[in-house]
Amino acid sequence: MPPGMTDDSITERITGIVVKRKMGYGWIGGFAIAFSLLMMFNYAIAVLFAYGVGIWGIQIPVAWGFAIVNFVWWVGIGHAGTFISAVLYLCHQEWRTSINRFTESMTLFAVACAGIFPLIHLGRPWLFYYLFPYPNTMDLWPQFRSPLIWDMFAVTTYAIVSVIFYFVGLLPDLATLRDHSPHYWQRVIYGILALGWRGSGRQWSRYKMAYLIMAGLATPLVVSVHSIVSLDFAVGIVPGWHTTIMPFYFVAAALQSGFAMGLILIIPVRHFYHLKDIITGRHLANMAKLLLATSLIVGHGYFTDTFMSWYSADPYDKFIVADKFTGAYAIGGWMLMILDVGVPQLIWIRAVRQSPVVLFIVAILANVGLWLDHFILVVQSLHSDYLPSEWRMFYGTKWDWMTLFGSFGLFLTLFFVFIRIFPMVAMSEMRGLVHKKPGELKERGA
Amino acid sequence: MNDNAKIYGLLAEFAGPDELVRGTEGVSKAGYSRIETYTPFAVEGVSKALHFRPIAVAVIFLVAALLSAAAGYFMEYYASVISYPENIGGRPLHSWPSFVPITFEMGVLGGVLGGVLGMLLLNRLPRYSHPVSNVERFRAASSDAFFLCVESSDPRFELERTTEALRNCGAIQVTEVPLES
Repeated sequence: MPPGMTDDSITERITGIVVKRKMGYGWIGGFAIAFSLLMMFNYAIAVLFAYGVGIWGIQIPVAWGFAIVNFVWWVGIGHAGTFISAVLYLCHQEWRTSINRFTESMTLFAVACAGIFPLIHLGRPWLFYYLFPYPNTMDLWPQFRSPLIWDMFAVTTYAIVSVIFYFVGLLPDLATLRDHSPHYWQRVIYGILALGWRGSGRQWSRYKMAYLIMAGLATPLVVSVHSIVSLDFAVGIVPGWHTTIMPFYFVAAALQSGFAMGLILIIPVRHFYHLKDIITGRHLANMAKLLLATSLIVGHGYFTDTFMSWYSADPYDKFIVADKFTGAYAIGGWMLMILDVGVPQLIWIRAVRQSPVVLFIVAILANVGLWLDHFILVVQSLHSDYLPSEWRMFYGTKWDWMTLFGSFGLFLTLFFVFIRIFPMVAMSEMRGLVHKKPGELKERGA
Repeated sequence: MNDNAKIYGLLAEFAGPDELVRGTEGVSKAGYSRIETYTPFAVEGVSKALHFRPIAVAVIFLVAALLSAAAGYFMEYYASVISYPENIGGRPLHSWPSFVPITFEMGVLGGVLGGVLGMLLLNRLPRYSHPVSNVERFRAASSDAFFLCVESSDPRFELERTTEALRNCGAIQVTEVPLES
């Protein structure tokens, strides 16, 4: 918390970025790139819908390719946002206040990207609503014993709860924007969104109670979502998937990719929007420490997975683990270990934690490593099935890559829009911190 | 009283959150009950000074979550056992462990939807306008001003006496809130 910050200066600084600042060339340039990628995404999906999933590199036995890899990766990125909003809130980690709005937005946009992949990977995507339990003339029900249906419920719930959590957090700030926008049309739009919030004592106390309970519900939710995603794999009998470590390790990998993505977004934004006194080096260092901690958990997951495959004495499982480091995908297997477990170890060094540029690079490498991790998990496990005559290498086609990079376009476009229309920092919570006594803050690490 | 019909109440501004809490306690002690604070963030101690506890919100969350979870479980039971029983390798139709994930997700979803809706409705939101926003200065309540409003419907409300009471409790400025702008 910077000294000399007052309620009014917070309002001025944060709302100013949204309602007064002109669109700079940097923003327009960045948005143009993001939007072009988004158009490429749309094009790739249009071609996919016209010709079918045959344009991708998937075949038998590797029937799950990029779509599932990207889905798992994007859902994971969302998790750190909820973790920072909900778990750190419950733990009174008040430093989260400067960054929770960022990471919550990151959650929403990542879940939006993730949600697209399971839909488009269906052979007949226009029948996706078969997944929902709705009264139908075919007299059919979804198979509730299938992890794929659990997954649909988990991700849908997660998306809806994230939107509501985001909106509730935004409500008092929307009221601030309503009252402090220079233009009439801005006041009307923010006024409608703010629902008439006045900040009365009774409103605040009901609000705080609701926020607290929502944080309490979101905490097990975030653990459950990626656990259920992991069951899509673990319930199958494919060697390399069929292990009980999966839920635990998936959640850790999800959080790790999310903390890395958080750093990737926050470091440039705080630089370009001059928010270094609000999002300080301590925030980056704390995020980096969380990234380090989760990378250690993921490393532990790798170790346990390898050990258990040896200990199980199951020849297929032993083979698939050995193949990961010595077979056709050995480069991927080693690279992912280096990138998502090895590189984050640099964060032990204080100088690395204090250098935004180095942290930015570490975060990007870690996230590439985690994407590779999901790739190896999906593709390498499938490519050498029980029957050696079926073994086949998987190669992503240009449509696979266009869909992957196109999804960055969707994510970044949404993010560029977000920084222009909503306050980047939770103002009402920041004001609460301004009035805390310095000793009290230090104790809680804000 | 004649004055009461025309105005919504008296809006007193305080210098900061601590002054506001002390002021609210003072006004409450003086016997006023129809009072409300307006602050830019959740000030600790205000709900205590207003003698208000948001129990209803917590109850709505709990009830909504439990009902929704039960509905989710029943849906799975009905589909798998009654409406569309499938014999898969002789496994039991009522295989409850595989119904747990959806039951949990439905509980969270219903709890959050119900609880947030309940919170908004109890807070009388969405709302188009409110008399306190007729005061020009009230705009600052969402940024850096701390207000206490004594409503004219309070049985003890009297224009001069209440103004005096608010000033004694530390208000730096007291404004009449007109009913219509």
